[in-house]
Amino acid sequence: MDIIIVGCGKVGYTLVEQLSNEDHNIVVIDEKQERVQRITDSLDAMGIVGNGINHRTLIEAGIGTADLLIAVTGDDEKNLLCCVIARKTGHCQTIARVRNPIYNEEIEFLKKEFGLAMIINPELTAANEISRIFQFPSAIRVDSFAKGHVELLHFKVGKNCPLIHLKLLNLSQTLHTNVLVCTVVRGNEVIIPNGDFEFEENDTVAIASQRRNAIEFFQKIGIMKTRVGRAILAGGGKISFYLAKILLKSGIRVTIIERDRERCDVLSDLMPKATIICGDATDQTLLMQLGLDQAQGFAALTGLDEENILLSLYANDVSNARTVTKINRISFHSVINELNLGSTIYPRIITADYIVKYVRSTNNSRNSNVETLYKLANGKAEALEFIIKADSAVAGIPLQDLHFRKNTLICCIYRHGKVIIPSGQDIIKAGDSVLVVLSGYRISDIKEILED
Amino acid sequence: MNYWIILYILGCVLKFESGFLLLPAIVGLLYQEGNALAYFAVAALCLILGMLLTHKKPVSTNLYTREGFVTVALSWIVMSIFGALPFVLTKDIPSYVDALFETISGFTTTGASILTEVEPLSHASLFWRSFSHWIGGMGVFVFIMAILPLMGGGSNMNLMKAESPGPSVSKLVPHAKDTAKILYGLYLAMTVTEVVLLRLFGMTLFDALTTAFGTVGTGGFGIRNDSLAGYSPALQNIVTIFMILSGVNYTAYFYILSRKIKEAFCMEEIRWYFILIFASAGVIAANIRSLYPTLRETLRHAFFQVGSIITTTGFATTDFDLWPEMSKCILVVLMFVGACAGSTGGGMKVSRLLILFKTIRKELLLIIHPREVRKIRMDGRSVEHEVTRASNVFLVIYFVVLLLSTLLISVDEYNFTTNFTAVVSALNNIGPGLDLVGPTQNFSIFSAFSKFILMFDMLAGRLELFPMMILMMPATWKRR
Repeated sequence: MDIIIVGCGKVGYTLVEQLSNEDHNIVVIDEKQERVQRITDSLDAMGIVGNGINHRTLIEAGIGTADLLIAVTGDDEKNLLCCVIARKTGHCQTIARVRNPIYNEEIEFLKKEFGLAMIINPELTAANEISRIFQFPSAIRVDSFAKGHVELLHFKVGKNCPLIHLKLLNLSQTLHTNVLVCTVVRGNEVIIPNGDFEFEENDTVAIASQRRNAIEFFQKIGIMKTRVGRAILAGGGKISFYLAKILLKSGIRVTIIERDRERCDVLSDLMPKATIICGDATDQTLLMQLGLDQAQGFAALTGLDEENILLSLYANDVSNARTVTKINRISFHSVINELNLGSTIYPRIITADYIVKYVRSTNNSRNSNVETLYKLANGKAEALEFIIKADSAVAGIPLQDLHFRKNTLICCIYRHGKVIIPSGQDIIKAGDSVLVVLSGYRISDIKEILED
Repeated sequence: MNYWIILYILGCVLKFESGFLLLPAIVGLLYQEGNALAYFAVAALCLILGMLLTHKKPVSTNLYTREGFVTVALSWIVMSIFGALPFVLTKDIPSYVDALFETISGFTTTGASILTEVEPLSHASLFWRSFSHWIGGMGVFVFIMAILPLMGGGSNMNLMKAESPGPSVSKLVPHAKDTAKILYGLYLAMTVTEVVLLRLFGMTLFDALTTAFGTVGTGGFGIRNDSLAGYSPALQNIVTIFMILSGVNYTAYFYILSRKIKEAFCMEEIRWYFILIFASAGVIAANIRSLYPTLRETLRHAFFQVGSIITTTGFATTDFDLWPEMSKCILVVLMFVGACAGSTGGGMKVSRLLILFKTIRKELLLIIHPREVRKIRMDGRSVEHEVTRASNVFLVIYFVVLLLSTLLISVDEYNFTTNFTAVVSALNNIGPGLDLVGPTQNFSIFSAFSKFILMFDMLAGRLELFPMMILMMPATWKRR
């Protein structure tokens, strides 16, 4: 696929990194020469220095033959305009990043009127992810599939967890639960476990299940946390705003700490129900005054990654709260994984995942589309959801008779409101949503999970 | 410094060289020459060494700019070291130093020879000499990249930057691999067209192949003692046209292929390249008119020699050492100019000179209006400061290398014209110089020491100075 990316900031870079790995032809456009240079020097893409709204620059980048244009500059208006011009010039699909809450209300209108394929709002998406964690704080990460009916719940195996040294084979007998272990991240490795697999301390385990079964499971292994009743958000940026709105709607009390007085005024104006504190979130006494030690949820969402990390470490130290750390810029994944941070959220990676999902599903629109995609363990494994069409190669055959590739697992089948944890006799039918976890290769069509 | 990845890539290069060596071996077999065996033996040696080095993929495949430059420089040296072996084994060139000189001259598309007599060489060796031009012309890494997914991401770019000529290297299409494929496609198409045309006008297939390798790679090894003087005028004219076409920036061909004809002809570099060719050929033709019987012959010789020198090919149809001083002087100036960036030719490159002249103009204008803000522009867009700076540094290093080399080879006590033009011709990858190294002479007169200096110059010139200079910096080899 020929893809043009306008804007070479953090998200732009991550996008090129991921998409060029998937063999797409990528041209990037940015006004700053150094930024373009940084991408062309380290990644396999072509760079053009210029303004992405400029018609001639777009032509030079090959808009005439491009399949997709992604506008991710810092300016919402610029992104939208760029997409409109691209639509008028070429026949490509367009994706714009729009972050301003003012436009957020009319996303559907903009999409329709401007002919956009997709509008992404990384802040809103990040806020949604965080809210899912707060609503189910036993997990450190919650990926939702089948419109929220199935979830991939990630949790860490703690010190005194009954899972330690338990063989996967014996899991259902010992605990009498109906959950499926999909992946285990151990150190830098991703394992799709088989029956002989034995759990160890510090493994990050992902299970697929319905909420009801999951609650039961978490209670049995003793890491069940009660629903968050009160959350403290450090930093009053866009994510905080979106998150607070979602949390307030579901009845969670929210306290936002923001340094800037004017921003506080705006927030308080927009969300009268939230408690807005004007102060420095790194002030320990202030945090204690606000009752951090009693809070059930804490999200570090300031503009500085380092500050967020420190805040979360502190919060985990003094309280029992579910902590969420936003990390925007830095990428020392291996070090960050070692820290006791609770959940980490990378808005730029979330954005990139969304777009990669879109690209893969348009890349292969015939058979079965990628409905949802989450990257696990820093991109080493993927969880994908497909909706099965009638002529699909996997439909109508018992699973035990299909020859799957190595490191592939069908986690669950969602059919008419029912979640099926599949066994060998089960059959995938047309119209089903199927959740697949795999590592070591990439697919854009469900039939690719079969051996050739 | 990631030594393992460098060794690994060197292994890849050796494997490819073993493949390249099979061609002359097959030629030897076809002509039923016993020494084809030597080529097979060296090919096997390269293959075994290559297999050993690429046996295990290194843990860390990080290839940064420094490793890229070092890898490219070392690869060219290693390739030459092994490429020289068959000449010694077949006893075509008994001395190893001479064989190495000949091979480096081949790979760097210089075309300077140490052989007094070319014709007694076996067909296999003649073929290998010319074929090395073809490999070196577009570059061995561009070739490897077009075929193997060597490594992902920017690593490819770091190798390409070090090997491709020109002040700034950019890709034609987003993927480095596809860019390499397009370049080699164009290169191959040009070679095949020339071979066909030469065949049609009466050259034998062997002559046509070797001449085409020398032309399209802008090399210049002839397979006859009198270079191309013995061929018919029509054949000489075909070679003239293809030499000049090979000196054009390949981006222009890519534009033409993708129907952006306007862009292709709007490239300033190409405009100046053709202006230079026609102006110099015109002046030279007027200057040498009295030496040749007809105007046609005069023009043919003038255009051939100008095309041969500016593209740094180094073929000759006449002994231009006997021309009047002014014509000789123009040719020496053209030696410095060289072909376009992004072509197979050597020299300083027209675009780099354009940037330098524009810098001069800018600096002079700054004296007149000290507060004026002015950017250097090429093809309608401003040139980045980094590129101008690199061009300036290039010029300085270029002259330092030129002067030092001339000084060092003067130990052989030849006259100044000989020494100076020998270095100029080596550094710009041309081939012939003037006086004792003129078109009818050769480089066998120099001592082994001087030959090594010239070998260094040839490699430095082909790789555009920086990779060879990086190799000599102690800081390169320090651990991080």
